[in-house]
Amino acid sequence: MTIQSADVVLDRHFLELRCEVLNLAAAFDRIERSEGYKSVRDDGRMELLRQGLDILRTEGTDRAERVQMLFSDEYEAGWNQ
Amino acid sequence: MYFIDPHVHMVSRVTDDYERMRRMGCVAVSEPAFWAGFDRGSVDGFRDYYRQLTEFEPTRAGWSGIQHYTWLCINAKEAENVELSREVIAMIPEFLDKPGVLGIGEIGLNKNTPNEATIFREHLELAAKTNELVLIHTPHLVDKYKGTRMIVDMLQERDDIPPHRVLIDHVEEHTVKVAKDGGFWCAMTLYPTTKCTPARAADIIERYGDDHIMVNSAGDWGPSNPCAVPDFIQEMRHRGHTEAKIRKIVYENPLEFFRQCERFEFTPPE
Repeated sequence: MTIQSADVVLDRHFLELRCEVLNLAAAFDRIERSEGYKSVRDDGRMELLRQGLDILRTEGTDRAERVQMLFSDEYEAGWNQ
Repeated sequence: MYFIDPHVHMVSRVTDDYERMRRMGCVAVSEPAFWAGFDRGSVDGFRDYYRQLTEFEPTRAGWSGIQHYTWLCINAKEAENVELSREVIAMIPEFLDKPGVLGIGEIGLNKNTPNEATIFREHLELAAKTNELVLIHTPHLVDKYKGTRMIVDMLQERDDIPPHRVLIDHVEEHTVKVAKDGGFWCAMTLYPTTKCTPARAADIIERYGDDHIMVNSAGDWGPSNPCAVPDFIQEMRHRGHTEAKIRKIVYENPLEFFRQCERFEFTPPE
């Protein structure tokens, strides 16, 4: 159970979240201004990162779990039969 | 607050780390056998490693007033050498009656390969035959979800290792429920870059509760922090969780799990 109120959590984490968004923005800029960007623009990892950002823009309380699943290999039930 | 780090590779750490951990409240550690950063070439290499884990390391921990326990196995990274793995598994019983040995671990999967699965099952066979507790490593990153599901499948192939005698380690947001639903103990590893942060571990506690779960640092030879458990304690305090709740996760839960081992002897701090 979460004890803190949402405004307390936001107050505590706003600056570090701002910093993390900036780190992401700067990293995407760094990739895009580097030599050979066109060859990685369609790299599967770039697409995964874009999809991860899409998850962040959705609502819910399980974003972290959904991001984890995005970056996970698929499990095949019955693999050991 | 007193705490126990139930998964930390102290052979990789300097004595100053024991001192810092003790000053932060650490009273006991458990150290699973793991990969040394290179593949060992012979069963005698493992025999020497197990002597270090069962003889010298408890002595060194004791210099700082910390009680040391250990787990024995050949790590999944080295399981691709099936012949050597089998020699090591056959040798492990030489050490199982040593004081401080808690069971078989950290066994599991790394890249989810057929050889890893073979050796994991053979470790389980040894654990069942010798009635030992089991500590399980789950893979990192992209392999974790699939590997954790495979591990649970293999545990559930047999009925002679009750789930409450198994600890599934390195659980994160997408695997904690897999472990808990199976009735297993689980642990979160506070480790930079891969695994979990203290804040995310606290989130997981808030979502899934404090039963049958613990936290550890897995401090080893890579970038890691053997004082990560106190960071988790501080995060929980920041959020307003009670001292009793925090103590349950970092002290009482590890003791409850370890006490299932008949050899386990623990002297509580004064």
